[in-house]
Amino acid sequence: MKKKHLVGKILLYLFLICFAFIAILPFLWMVRSSFMTLKQIFVMPPEWIPDPWTFSNYKDVATKTSIFSYFGNSIYLVFMNIVGVLLTGSMAAYAFSRVRWRGRDKIFALLLTSMMLPSAVTLIPVYIGWSKLGLVDTYAPLIIPAFLGGCAYNIFLLRQFFLTIPRELDEAALVDGASRFRIYWNIDLPLAASAMIVVGLLDFMSTWNDFLPQMLYINTMDRYTVAVGLQNLLGKYSSKWNIVLTASVIVSLPCVIVFLFGQKHIIGGIAMTGIKG
Amino acid sequence: MKTASSLRQSSRSETLTGWLFAAPALIGFVLLTVVPMIVSLVLSLTDYSVFKQEVNFLGLGNYLTMFSSKDVYFKDALKATAYYTLLNVPASLLVALLLALALNTNIKGRGIFRSIFYLPSIVPSVASCVVWLWLLNQQYGLLTTVAKNLGFGTPGWLWDKNTVIPTIVMMGLWNTGNTMVIFLAGLQGIPRVYYEAVDVDGGNAWHKLIYVVLPMLTPTIFFNAMTAIIGSFQVFTEGYILTKGGPGNSSLFYVYYLFRQAFEKANMGYACALAWFLMLVILFITMIVLKTQKKWVYYGGD
Repeated sequence: MKKKHLVGKILLYLFLICFAFIAILPFLWMVRSSFMTLKQIFVMPPEWIPDPWTFSNYKDVATKTSIFSYFGNSIYLVFMNIVGVLLTGSMAAYAFSRVRWRGRDKIFALLLTSMMLPSAVTLIPVYIGWSKLGLVDTYAPLIIPAFLGGCAYNIFLLRQFFLTIPRELDEAALVDGASRFRIYWNIDLPLAASAMIVVGLLDFMSTWNDFLPQMLYINTMDRYTVAVGLQNLLGKYSSKWNIVLTASVIVSLPCVIVFLFGQKHIIGGIAMTGIKG
Repeated sequence: MKTASSLRQSSRSETLTGWLFAAPALIGFVLLTVVPMIVSLVLSLTDYSVFKQEVNFLGLGNYLTMFSSKDVYFKDALKATAYYTLLNVPASLLVALLLALALNTNIKGRGIFRSIFYLPSIVPSVASCVVWLWLLNQQYGLLTTVAKNLGFGTPGWLWDKNTVIPTIVMMGLWNTGNTMVIFLAGLQGIPRVYYEAVDVDGGNAWHKLIYVVLPMLTPTIFFNAMTAIIGSFQVFTEGYILTKGGPGNSSLFYVYYLFRQAFEKANMGYACALAWFLMLVILFITMIVLKTQKKWVYYGGD
């Protein structure tokens, strides 16, 4: 019995290590190639470890491409999105969890179903709208939605969290004469800090990655975001794999760092969507 | 008396507070979802384009064109997307479930393995497309080299109309992190007693999987399947960046085709009709899956 148990455990570890290797392989291959010259990259059969290590790709990407200025654009976009979503998303979540008003739950359910809608249906009219307002090729179409509640999914996550805070806290403050806004701002929001972190992190990832809308709305090169800029680079440097792969590493790095520091929050947040989804 | 009137007053102010707090999100919902949906439906009956002046009302003309021989790409787009969905939903669910099961055991380094399995999902999609183009490169790609050494010859990967969709599905298997995490959460919600009951009855790990894990996990499987179906029908980036719909329209995904009609050919009315048809298809399939729910999803209690 014990022996069988041990064999099972070893097999499990083998399975996990095998899959871990496969999972991380594309990432490793990208990083490895970023430290090679074009010549080294094309060596057959491929070498696993760069020999010698080359750092010139990073210098080339920094000086010959505009990836770092796209970086600034993306960071600005991410920052504005997080501010908007945390503010208006948490306000909506507050309204849908801690304030009692008629029609509340029905409206919330309606809002949630909007998550199921294919975005292709609203894509064209929304584009026409921004275009009529003369705001195509500005960041407005990519930022203003975040200040209008953002994705319903964030509201859902924050609402779930607000529901766990005891109501008595609000009621006690109301009796003491605090306004609703003060209660939201000074009591419930600080208590929901961990949920706010989750939403902020998830919003960082999704804004950094959101390719289609960024590609659609941003046309001028110096306004490009990293996602659009990288796609453009792929066309321009199609045969210079070392440059394109190095740029990919640079573009991925912020996400990897954010994930490594915030993975508990991120994974916890995603796990929550499945529960009562 | 006084309390009753103040209560009524407070409930009225509560309603006002609720609407005020929800106002930005509700305005967003109306302006970015409700109104555009109606506009989209109206436009789908016309030949509207933001790039030209005149608009003609076509009735159901756009919808009829989709199914007529006038649109040669529509069927290709539908076929590519259906094929992708059919492969992607079971494959991604299976891999995610397998990984979650392996992680839901009593082993050392669980957190590290979980992070590693999740890592590919956080690489920005454009960057991961770049890496895959490199891995699959017909001359120098690592996977091509491996396939050659294993005696498979040179697979056509993204450049062969028979393998392009399976290749994109395969690439997607690296991004099942979210699905895996949701499965894992579901697995951890299964009470220990059920496993112990199988132990008492002399059952093994296989019995636990068949009689405890899978039945208890059906709500999570259901949720993940729905998410995967809805997501698969809207696949876009891979078609746009990797293949441009080729070779020979074999990866002309529906949303990519719609995008082309709207923004490259400026047929916005027609693209709206395509969008509404997609929504009806998704709605129809969702309804079917929902209908089958009663037969196989176990929600506990009774």
